[in-house]
Amino acid sequence: MSSNDVAVLGVGMHPWGKWGKPFTEYGVVAARAALADSGVAWQDVDLIVGGETVRNGYGGYVAGATFAQALGWNGARVATSYAACATGAQALDTARARILAGLSEVALVVGADTTPKGFLAPNAGERWDDPDWLRFRLLGMTNPAYFALYARRRMDLYGATQEDFAAVKVKNARHGLANPNARYKKEVSVEDVMSSAVVSDPLHLLDICATSDGAAAVVVASTEYAARMGIAKPVRVNAISTVTPTFPNTVMDMPQLSTDAHGGTEPERTFKESIGDAAYEEAGIAPEDVSLAEVYDLSTALELDWMEDVSLCKRGEAESLLRAGETTIGGRIPVNPSGGLACFGEAVPAQALAQVCEVTWQLRGQAEGRQVEGAKVGITANQGLFGHGSSVILSR
Amino acid sequence: MSARPAIDGWFTTGDAPALLGSRCTTCATTYFPPTAGFCRNPACDGQDFETVELSRRGQVWSYTDAQYQPPPPYVPRTDPYEPFALAAVELAEGITVLGQVADGYGVGDLRVGAEVELVVETLNTDDDGDQLIWRWKPVTELGEEADQ
Repeated sequence: MSSNDVAVLGVGMHPWGKWGKPFTEYGVVAARAALADSGVAWQDVDLIVGGETVRNGYGGYVAGATFAQALGWNGARVATSYAACATGAQALDTARARILAGLSEVALVVGADTTPKGFLAPNAGERWDDPDWLRFRLLGMTNPAYFALYARRRMDLYGATQEDFAAVKVKNARHGLANPNARYKKEVSVEDVMSSAVVSDPLHLLDICATSDGAAAVVVASTEYAARMGIAKPVRVNAISTVTPTFPNTVMDMPQLSTDAHGGTEPERTFKESIGDAAYEEAGIAPEDVSLAEVYDLSTALELDWMEDVSLCKRGEAESLLRAGETTIGGRIPVNPSGGLACFGEAVPAQALAQVCEVTWQLRGQAEGRQVEGAKVGITANQGLFGHGSSVILSR
Repeated sequence: MSARPAIDGWFTTGDAPALLGSRCTTCATTYFPPTAGFCRNPACDGQDFETVELSRRGQVWSYTDAQYQPPPPYVPRTDPYEPFALAAVELAEGITVLGQVADGYGVGDLRVGAEVELVVETLNTDDDGDQLIWRWKPVTELGEEADQ
């Protein structure tokens, strides 16, 4: 626990799904739920930070103001963040920074999205200087194809099997059964995954997360404000890591067509490893102290990568933990007790905040039907396009 | 009808085609795709680059395929759609470069660490002729490898 902690006063979500409504509606539902959970009146919030959505027109670009107007202008300071999949964490970090600087006391952070069907495609037009456009035009390289590259490496280097990947889906589907905010609440078998169509070898359709509509919101405040409200032991944000890569970044990252060059020796650690390392360092908390992890399972195999990236086990050991049931609720280090993206699908600007919501419920002992008993410390992790990634550590 | 690269200045054609990179004249870091302006090595303030041909062979970092037709701006070559394989290949320069896999080869012909060679093939054909693209072609057949 450090003097750089802020208190989580309230969390709330709009259920994930494919509802086809404006993203603002989802955001307001989540925001009101978080405010009700916190006991803070909207009029008392002095900062609102929105996670930007690039898909929903001008209102999405100025999400902070869009949510503020929808909740009713209250004169709060406003900010909007965009960091691809790390958007929610960056928005939370903006709130934390103003609170720790003494410039704000209590902040509402909201992310919401309405997504199209099918593969996520780049912006329209001829965009010959945009790698996100070029990777489709020149190579036909979709997001699942990147996920499949990482999955295949696990198979060829560590002996992972497609059945292992399917077992991640089976586990997460079971975790999400009782989660009221999950989109998919249905048991899935290894056979179900293995008999679904192969999208990009070795990944099947059920190995890959869907895109969803959804929203998540968090109310954070200074620990002094929490104390004044009489909250004796709030969940605390101990660290928010939003580091950029360090040159040379030698692991193939979406949406790039190539990596940086290394001068003959690989860097000491990868970008994804540095995201978790920075969070542990900032929190003064060690990986052994973590009770649960919410990591970005855009694909089943990626969950296994993340377990190693955030030092829950050594490189190449994730499958043995999975097979031993250690990452299931009740095991040594439950991973994605919420059900993860496997049960939610991805709502980009909301997802990193949804991870924070789940960890908060777990640390309060309120994760009904999916509770990790005695949870003290939780870590989140994700990575998005163009050198964005985040990890948040919370404890109680 | 003529054949032309799908993108200018990224690769050569001919008998021994190669990717074209930009090498910083100050720190010698090589970039692909070609770059200009400023060196991205944080310890270098170089602004000048020379065009260099990259290694024509490399080792497979990983591989996959596209069994569903990718969305636009990808232009499918055939109707109905035919899946193709993709590989990320590590070159001696320390750069890993993505590419489609040469016609006639699939994921069954690849493994992490296998050697591949750059070839230039047709990406698709429009009213002006063939659009060419670099591709990775397995050098050692898997059967041969097993015999060694």
